[in-house]
Parts: sequence; structure tokens; C-alpha cells
Amino acid sequence: MTGIPMEHGLILAVILFSLGLAGLMLRRSMLFVLMSLEVMLNAAALAFVVGSTAWNQPEGQAMFLLVITLAAAEASVGLALMIQLYQRFRSLELHEVSRMRG
Amino acid sequence: MELGFYLSGLVAVLATVGLISGSSPVHAVVYLIVSLIAVALVFFALGAPFAGALEIIVYAGAIMVLFVFVVMMLNLRPEAKRDPLWLRPGYWLGPSLLALVLLVALVALISDGQAGMTIDGELITARDIGLTLFGPWLIVVELAAILLLAALVTASHVGRRNKPRGNRNRGGTR
Repeated sequence: MTGIPMEHGLILAVILFSLGLAGLMLRRSMLFVLMSLEVMLNAAALAFVVGSTAWNQPEGQAMFLLVITLAAAEASVGLALMIQLYQRFRSLELHEVSRMRG
Repeated sequence: MELGFYLSGLVAVLATVGLISGSSPVHAVVYLIVSLIAVALVFFALGAPFAGALEIIVYAGAIMVLFVFVVMMLNLRPEAKRDPLWLRPGYWLGPSLLALVLLVALVALISDGQAGMTIDGELITARDIGLTLFGPWLIVVELAAILLLAALVTASHVGRRNKPRGNRNRGGTR
């Protein structure tokens, strides 16, 4: 056993990303949509860290820090929107909001 | 190191499957925490301990606590009242097929590239990352700070409690 091939790390990131995408498309509750988005961002961050460790360069992990910052910002704004959605519609189902036709 | 990588990756994938197929919000949050901690263990196995520690502290510690607080505050129940729409085959088949096609395409692309690099677990310490961040990447750190400030202002503005409808037109001095 001499190390992990870089492809295996990238394939793990791709599997997590596809699972997050499937969850994003097939769930209708806003809480699950936000959590699937977190999974997808996390998979992208995993790909950055895999690249960083494969090349032994620290830039990938600096990029990982920025992805975490983005995920924190996205989660806070998304959860605030979710609280507002619940206060107006008493539900988290996204198809309740689709009556809003601009 | 290899055993840790593959086992933690398996746990991460299984926990994510449990997340997207469950119906209880609290169970889904716990599955997501397990998945994030498993990814942090993958980082430790790859030789990136700083990234793994940050993943646990920021993701599993801060962001997921935010999710748990919101789930508790809204008092969400499992969606057991009616027939769950997304359990019907005609409903989940399309998205799953699309995600599967994307997965196959990406895996084919990755295995076709023949990068041939192996990760031998050499440590990248927090010192290297700090020197990169506060040396040539300083402008990116400041942009991240601006992003966090904008997220703070947006969250505190959007998440404010609405006034009750009766009081809205009363005592209007504007």
C-alpha cells in the first residue's frame, strides 16, 4: 500500500456531489434543499483538499477556507429565508411558494 | 491511512444517502453531521489535519448547530401526515437518473485523465496555509471578510420577526 491514488479522492468527491444534487432535485422541503446544498459545497471543498494534498501545495487548503466561508454565508442567509418562509406560509414546502407568479 | 480513507469515505456516502432519503428533519441533521465528520476524517487520512480540524469546528460545530437551532425553533415534525410525494417511483426516478448520468460522466472523465498521482499523506501544516493566506492571497481574505459582513447584514435583515398584521397600520407617524 503506497498511498491513495488521487482519482479515488476525486471519485469520492464526485459521488458526494451527485448525491447532493439528487437530494436537491427530489426533495421539496426547504430544509432538505439547504442541507443538500451544504453537501454539494462540502464535496467541492473535498476536491480542493484532494488536489492540495496530491500536489503538496497549501493553496488548495486556502481555497478550502474560502469554500467554508461561502458555506457559512449561504447557510445563514438561507436559514433566515427559511424562517421567513415559515412565518408567512406556516410550511417549509417549496411548492407552496410557487403560487407567487411575479 | 488507506484504511481510514476508504472507511471514512464509505461512512460519508452512506450518511449522505440516509440524509437525502429520510423524512425526519432531526434525523437528517444528525446524518449530515455524521457525513461532515466522516469527510473531516478523510481530510485527516489524506494528511491535511488543519482542514480536518476546520471542518469539524466550522461545519459540524457552527453551521450544523445553526441548523439544529432552526429545526428546534420551528418545531418541525416528520412529514408523515400524507403520502410522501417523493417516494413514488415516477417522482424520484428522473432526478436520480440525471444525477447518475452526471456521476458516470464525471467518473469516466476522471479515470480517463490518467493523472497518475498518489497522495502519500505528507503533512501540510497550518503554518504553510497561513503563509499563503496572509501573503499572496491577502486580497482574497479581505473579500471573504466583506462576504461575511454582507451575509451578516442580510441574515439579520431577512430573519427579523414580522410585526403582527393589526399593529402595522396603527400609530404610523411616517
